[in-house]
Amino acid sequence: MSKSTEEYLEALYTLTKDGETASTTAISKRLKVAPASVTEMLGKLSNEGYVNYQPYQGVTLTPEGFKMAEKMARKHRLLERFLHDMLGIGKTMVHDEACAMEHALSDETARALCQTLKHPDKCPDDGNLIPPCDLQFSSCEECRKWRGGSLEQVDRRKENIVSISTLKEREEGKIAFVRGDNKVLRRLLDMGLTPGTKIRISRIAPLKGPVEIAVRGSKLALGEEIACNVFVEKTAN
Amino acid sequence: MSLWKRPQIKLGSNNLAIGGSCHSTTTTKKGKKSGNGQSITIALAGNANVGKSVIFNHLTGSHQTIGNWPGKTVERAEGILHFDGYDATIIDLPGIYSFSTFSLEELVTREYIAQEKPNAIINVIGASVLERNLYFTLQLLDMDTPLVICLNQMDIAKTKGITIDAKKLEAILGVPVIPAVASRGKGIQELIETALDVARDGHNTRGNRVKFSDAVESRIEKLAGEIESQQLNLDYPSRWLSIKLLEDDSEIKKLVGLKSESIVSTSETMAKEIEDGCKESCFSVIASERYSKASQIAADIQRQETVKATFSDRLDWFTTHKVFGYITAFVVIAGLLLWTFTVGNYFSNWLSHLLSFFESTNPNLTGSMKAVFWNGAFGGIVAGVTLVIPFVVPFYLVLAAIEDSGILTRVAFMFDNFMHRMGLHGKAIIPLILGYGCNVPAIYSCRVMGTRREKLLAAFAITFVPCTARTIIILGLVAAFVNIWWALALYAIDLVIIFALGRIALRVVPGKSTGLIMEMHQFRVPSLSVVGKQTWSRTKSLIFMVFPIYVIGSAAVQGLYALGWLGPVNHALSPITVTWLGLPLITGILLVFGLIRKEMVVLALVPLLGTQHFNLFLTQPQLILLAFVSMLYIPCIATISALVKEFGWKPAAAISVANLVSAIVLGGIAARLLALAY
Repeated sequence: MSKSTEEYLEALYTLTKDGETASTTAISKRLKVAPASVTEMLGKLSNEGYVNYQPYQGVTLTPEGFKMAEKMARKHRLLERFLHDMLGIGKTMVHDEACAMEHALSDETARALCQTLKHPDKCPDDGNLIPPCDLQFSSCEECRKWRGGSLEQVDRRKENIVSISTLKEREEGKIAFVRGDNKVLRRLLDMGLTPGTKIRISRIAPLKGPVEIAVRGSKLALGEEIACNVFVEKTAN
Repeated sequence: MSLWKRPQIKLGSNNLAIGGSCHSTTTTKKGKKSGNGQSITIALAGNANVGKSVIFNHLTGSHQTIGNWPGKTVERAEGILHFDGYDATIIDLPGIYSFSTFSLEELVTREYIAQEKPNAIINVIGASVLERNLYFTLQLLDMDTPLVICLNQMDIAKTKGITIDAKKLEAILGVPVIPAVASRGKGIQELIETALDVARDGHNTRGNRVKFSDAVESRIEKLAGEIESQQLNLDYPSRWLSIKLLEDDSEIKKLVGLKSESIVSTSETMAKEIEDGCKESCFSVIASERYSKASQIAADIQRQETVKATFSDRLDWFTTHKVFGYITAFVVIAGLLLWTFTVGNYFSNWLSHLLSFFESTNPNLTGSMKAVFWNGAFGGIVAGVTLVIPFVVPFYLVLAAIEDSGILTRVAFMFDNFMHRMGLHGKAIIPLILGYGCNVPAIYSCRVMGTRREKLLAAFAITFVPCTARTIIILGLVAAFVNIWWALALYAIDLVIIFALGRIALRVVPGKSTGLIMEMHQFRVPSLSVVGKQTWSRTKSLIFMVFPIYVIGSAAVQGLYALGWLGPVNHALSPITVTWLGLPLITGILLVFGLIRKEMVVLALVPLLGTQHFNLFLTQPQLILLAFVSMLYIPCIATISALVKEFGWKPAAAISVANLVSAIVLGGIAARLLALAY
């Protein structure tokens, strides 16, 4: 995959994160390229099956495109955290630096970064959520302990999972993964958020406040910093 | 309506018979000593918010002692139940969801059950949230203690359209199940009878343990067999130990490891095997299986007839709405404070009137030494009586009611992200609001926070919350001689200061913040007994900690002053009070008085100035500034001693110094700003 394909997918990931369609203008502004080249590139991406694109109607990612895009966004945001937290590079500079480095980052290094940074959840400059990896580990603890050779041996998650902090009221999902240390994970398991459990978002507090979920016949409030690490497989209402 | 009719537990002695005579549970009459001389202990266990305290109050009436678990800052409530010749000790265990070791409450509970081995445990479960409650019940069954289940809050389940077959639950779990509506006293009688039955003949009611999947169950049994054959002599049952070992419980691993390294390593191998098989951590496997069992049992015994939006649901929608939610929070808190000061002022005036009949309550700083000491001590008593009873009691009463109703849970939900910026989470709202009454019980209530760091941060914030005594200063100096708007402005500025200093403290105290995980329980009509008990327990800490300090401290300070020992204080402090803050010289001594009782700042001003018209001696900016500095400058001695008790000397000293420094710095800035404004 070419570097520019990756850049486009990543831009689309950010622009369509709330389920909206992205406009050619928005893409051209974000990537600082002429609208004509955007149109051309979108046609190419559409042929390759990464985006749904109808001229003048905006563009969305296909499930396959979303997967690729999410991976790039993850690498980008992990790098930003690394540059900011470990190397002390200023918030205004990390984005461009990470853009340049992300294409060369292997999955192995991304995993090592994630562990070294203690599975971070937000990127430093604009507070965007760092997507989870697609490795089929049941917890970050298991990933940390894993001493296998190459990541080729690890199963990859097929379905797309989303953080419950990105869901809207009344949306539903099944618990898929909880990122972070064992303590929070176990606490949530004890409260009934075991893998596969159905949950429904019943309330979202304003101003990025906690999320209230209906689970197992009761309601549970999860602070935003916990909710953003709880990932579900979205299900239709 | 007796459901538990299993004959074999029906009485070895003829003291008790179902449906037999019963002394009122709240009787104060000392019953005959235990029928056969044995002492019975019954513990109440269960999730939070299932009505455990209501049942505890029903069982023990006024025979309660509330203290701490030895060496732990976890509240321990104990009481005596007199019933048909028995004096049973009832222990109310903390409300918990599991037996992990993430909170002191969970640790205390499991250690208690294993080591003290109560004769019976009443597991209170909320009928409207069966699944999660049964998850805990299943863990209790593994603890191998005689169990009685109280299926409480049947009324809430009913309003949600849920009907429950209690007999079926009894059959499945093999332990007595008593349906109840504790808030209305329903089912309590039968619960007592059954619990006493089980307590005296517990061996027949161990219940049916729930089996895990073969992969897990076979390993638990093997491990349990190993533990038994090695005779570790630990307090915990071997099956429970095995489960905890597989769950990788660090405390239990340590405990078992001291006796047998081999068992721990066997358990680790087994856990690894389970993990490889299930592709999940062993803890997660066990939790999942337990929950699926709980879910299955719940589905078996309950029927959801109609799904309708209850009144509670609608109230929930309103109180967590992005606009109405904040309005509710504001109205609730402002209403609480308004109510406190309206009612408080009325009673306070009335009481001080009554007391001044005996003796002048205004500080007397001249005359014979005996008179000065006596006046100080008496002033301390009066201050206690006229502050605690009229202001703080109505405050606690209403606060406990809104707490029990579930409204505060919603306020905590709405304000979680604000709290988070101070390194706290939503639950900290309760201690902070409590602080407006008196800082002392508020500091104790910081225990609701999960970690020591959060407790400390919350306690630090509380010391800046204007308690009733400080409110008296603000009212007495600013509202009376400047205007009410400046008084309200001080409150508003204080909120900003709390927030700003909270953020600074967050940087100073190392560690990571934990997020909010809070059950949003249903709204309910507050229980009178719970509200009463809560009010009393908070008021009690005032009476035992604040009163003595008020009395002794006031006498001492006034005496020392009259002896002339404190005279030099004014001059010693003058660089701060006069030069830096621009206040009159006498404020030095006022602030020393305020260390004992904050409201002394106002009260002592009368004899020092020789008039009640403070505006003759102090300018308006000076009045505002004095109130401002008094609001912040140092916790009173009672608060400092509460800090010492909860956190030790060092943190208490650090917090006090931080208060002092911020009062001086902010006071100096305020003095200059006020000079510009006036």
